[in-house]
Amino acid sequence: MFSLNISLTVLLGTVAVITSDGRMIVGTLKGFDQTINLILDESHERVFSSSQGVEQVVLGLYIVRGDNVAVIGEIDEETDSALDLGNIRAEPLNSVAH
Amino acid sequence: RAGTKSVPVRLRGPGPLAAAGLKLPHAARAAAAGMLFYSFFKSLVGKDVVVELKNDLSICGTLHSVDQYLNIKLTDISVTDPEKYPHMLSVKNCFIRGSVVRYVQLPADEVDTQLLQDAARKEALQQKQ
Repeated sequence: MFSLNISLTVLLGTVAVITSDGRMIVGTLKGFDQTINLILDESHERVFSSSQGVEQVVLGLYIVRGDNVAVIGEIDEETDSALDLGNIRAEPLNSVAH
Repeated sequence: RAGTKSVPVRLRGPGPLAAAGLKLPHAARAAAAGMLFYSFFKSLVGKDVVVELKNDLSICGTLHSVDQYLNIKLTDISVTDPEKYPHMLSVKNCFIRGSVVRYVQLPADEVDTQLLQDAARKEALQQKQ
């Protein structure tokens, strides 16, 4: 019986999840399982645009199915609060499909 | 057996996974179970790699760990094109799901491609049987 050998326990905290359709969701990682299903609390989506600053859409408590998870990034709170999201211009991320 | 190609097989000497620079005693069993790349990546833990994802994002970092699904954890990451991809500015460590990896770029001097080729050939043979 395999368990998730890379421990995601270390990431339990504020994370940025990049989904397979190119969205970025920031929240508190409360739980996960072997298939990388995630429980994200206090989550919000950061919508990037090349014409205006980053828009944050409040989502709340979410379960994200593991199929849709591409990257889970551990957010450094200090660096994150120093970010000027209003001034960031970027194209949204691509999806992982072609 | 009729029809089998003869492939030079080393009867003595290092097992299939010494190819990946590993000296694990269970190396042969691991290769037989289709774990060649898992073991190969384990031997690269601590090295700097660049992971290119299927969404075209490229992340540079130190390989911290890998698992049997080839999920990858990188530490001290930087995106190779931060102007185009400022999305990860506040992220220092990340977990990458194996299924979204397109390429893993490795330092050439860290890999003995000849040995890796031999190990892959042996694993392919074992899987056929």
